[in-house]
Amino acid sequence: MAAVRVEAVLAAAEEQEAEKRRSITVEKELELEYDLGNLLAMDRNPPPAAALRGAGPRREALLQALARDNTQLLVSQLWELPAERAGGAGGPLVAQLPEPTFPLPREKPPPKPRPPTRWEQFARLKGIRRKKKTSLVWDEQAKEWRRRWGYRRAGGDPSRAWLAEVPAGADPEEDQFARLRREKRERVARNELNRLRNLARAHRAGSAVPAAPLHPTGHQDRDELRRVARVARVSTASLGRFQPRLPKEPAEPPSRSGGKKRRFEPLLGNLAAERSRQLELLRDMGSKKPVLDITRAVNKQLRQEEAEAAAANKGKKQSKRGKRGRRQQRPGRSSKKSGARRQPQQKPAGGGAGGGRRKKA
Amino acid sequence: MDALDRVVKPKTKRAKRFLEKREPKLNENTKNAMLIRGGNANLTVTEVLKDIYAVKKPFAVLYKRKNITRPFEDQTSLEFFSKKSDCSLFLFGSHNKKRPNNLIIGRMFDYHVLDMIELGVEKFVSLKDIKNSKCPEGTKPMLIFAGDMFDVNEEYRRLKSLLIDFFRGPTVPSIRLAGLEYVLHFTAVDGKIYMRSYKVLLKKSGCKIPRIELEEMGPSLDLVMRRTHLASDDLYKLSLKQPKGLKPKKKKNISHDAFGTTYGQIHMQKQDLSKLQTRKMKGLRKRPAEKSAEDGGATPKKSKSA
Repeated sequence: MAAVRVEAVLAAAEEQEAEKRRSITVEKELELEYDLGNLLAMDRNPPPAAALRGAGPRREALLQALARDNTQLLVSQLWELPAERAGGAGGPLVAQLPEPTFPLPREKPPPKPRPPTRWEQFARLKGIRRKKKTSLVWDEQAKEWRRRWGYRRAGGDPSRAWLAEVPAGADPEEDQFARLRREKRERVARNELNRLRNLARAHRAGSAVPAAPLHPTGHQDRDELRRVARVARVSTASLGRFQPRLPKEPAEPPSRSGGKKRRFEPLLGNLAAERSRQLELLRDMGSKKPVLDITRAVNKQLRQEEAEAAAANKGKKQSKRGKRGRRQQRPGRSSKKSGARRQPQQKPAGGGAGGGRRKKA
Repeated sequence: MDALDRVVKPKTKRAKRFLEKREPKLNENTKNAMLIRGGNANLTVTEVLKDIYAVKKPFAVLYKRKNITRPFEDQTSLEFFSKKSDCSLFLFGSHNKKRPNNLIIGRMFDYHVLDMIELGVEKFVSLKDIKNSKCPEGTKPMLIFAGDMFDVNEEYRRLKSLLIDFFRGPTVPSIRLAGLEYVLHFTAVDGKIYMRSYKVLLKKSGCKIPRIELEEMGPSLDLVMRRTHLASDDLYKLSLKQPKGLKPKKKKNISHDAFGTTYGQIHMQKQDLSKLQTRKMKGLRKRPAEKSAEDGGATPKKSKSA
C-alpha cells in the first residue's frame, strides 16, 4: 500500500517537473547554430512561407511566435554558460561568453612591422650588434660620475669649448669654431634627412608588392595604378579599341609597351660613338670569357652568403657571434665560388678577405 | 613624391594619440557605423536612419544633411566619409522614383568599399510608433537569423554576415544575464527579409532557465534586396585573414584528443626510493649505534684523531 503511494508521489513530481520544462522547451526540426560570443543564433528551418504571405496582423503574430521560440533556445544556451555573481554574493549574475566564432572581415589589414632602416639593413649584413652603453661615465677632470650626453655631460660640451685645435695642413686663418659649428649643423641636417627618407621608404614599402590582382587597399603608387589601368584597358578582345575613354585619356589605346616608341640613333652624326659601340660589341663577341656585370655579381654573392647564413641559423640556435665572425672563419669557401669568374677584374693582390673585394665593386 | 606619398607627422602629443587610435591594430576596436542621408531622402528613409542610429548609438555617426552621392556609381565620397569619421560600416538612405525608399548597407575594408547591398523598404514601423518601454542605449542585441535562404544563397549569406557585422556591437568577455533584453530577428521568406526588433521579458518558469516573452519594440522593416556589390573572393579572403599574433601560442607537451581530454608529458627525475619516508613506527626506528655508523659511514672517523 505504502509502495504504491510512493510511486504515485514520484510520478506526480515527475509530471510537475515536465510541466515546468514544457514552458521553456521548443521543438525544432533542425538544430539551431549558435555563436554565443556574438549572441547569435541561426535557424535553418524554412519558415512557413504560405502562412507568412497572409494579412498583416496574422503575419506579425507568426513572426513574433517564431522569434519567441528562437530567442527561447538562444537564451537557454546562454543560461547554460558558466556564470558567477559579479561583485560578491548580492551582485548580478554574469555569464562568461566564449570567443566569437562567426568569421567577419577585419576593419583594417593587420599592422605590418616597420621595415628596417638603411642602417639596420647594413648592420644586419655586417653583423653589427647594438652595444649597451651606460648612461653615466666617469669624468676624469671633475672626478665624478656624469651623464654621457646632454646637460652637464662628461668632458664638457664640445660646442662650448674655449679652445679648438687647428688640424695639420689646415688654413691657419680659418675660424675653427665656425667650422665645428657648421659641421655639427650639417650632421644634424643629414640625420634628419635620412630619418625622413627611412620614414618615406617605410610608408611606400607597405604597397610595394607588385600585386597581380590589384586590391583597392593600402597605399597605392601612382605609377603602379597607371600601369594596372593601362593593362586593364588593352586587355579586351579588340585590344582596347572600343573601351570607353576617361576625359583626359588619349583616343588611341595605349600599346602594351606603355606608349613608349622605339627610338633609333640618327643615321648620320656621331661617328665616334658608333665606332666605339661597334668595337665593344665585337670585343664582347670575340672574347672567350662571359661578360661580367660587377654590381650584379656582387649583389648575387651577398645574397647567397646571407641565404647560407640564414640556412645555418635555422638549424641551430642563433650563435653568439655575428655574421662577420662566421665569414672570417671560412674565407676560402666564399672566395672560391666567385674567384674563378672574378679573376680578370681583380688584381692578384686582392685575393684576401671578403671585405676588400666588396669595396671595389 | 606626390602629395599622397608624404608622411603625415603629428605635431602634438594629442595629434599623435589621435593618429595612433586610427592605425591598424592587432585587436581591432568596435566597428563604427555612419548613417548617411542621401540627396533626396523622404520621411520614411530619414526615420529609418534615425531609428537605426538610436539602436547603434555609441558606435554610430549620423550624417543628416543632404549628401548628393550614389554609392553604386561613385564610392569616393563614401570612402572620404569613412576616412574622416573612421567608420567602416555605412547605411545610406535615399528615395527616388526608380528605387523608392532605398537603403544601402555596406562595409569597408581599409577605407575601401568591400560589400554593399541595396535594400528597398516596403514597410516601416518606427520606434516611436509603438508605445511601450524601450531598451537603454548601447544594449548588445541578440541576433537571430531564420530561414534557409540565409544559407543557400550567396548574396543572402553575405547579407547575413553584413548584418551581423553591423548590429553586433562590441565583443565582450562576459554579459549580465538579466541584461539580455533586446532581440533583432531577421526572417528571409519569399524574397523578402523581415527585420523585427523585440524587447525580451524574462518570466519565471519554475526552473533555472527563464521563460521568454517578447514585446514588439521597433524599428521593424520589411526589406527586399535590390542591387548588390560584393567583394571579389580574394579580396574577401584577404579581409578575413587574421594576424598571426592573435592566435594563442601553442603550449608544448600538451595535446588533446577528440573528446577534449588533455594529455600532458611530464619529465621528472628518477626518485630515490631508499630515502622514501614511510610510516614511522617504533620498531623501524634506527638504533643509536646504526645512526652513528650511517653518519660517518662514508668517511671513517680517522680524521678526528689526526
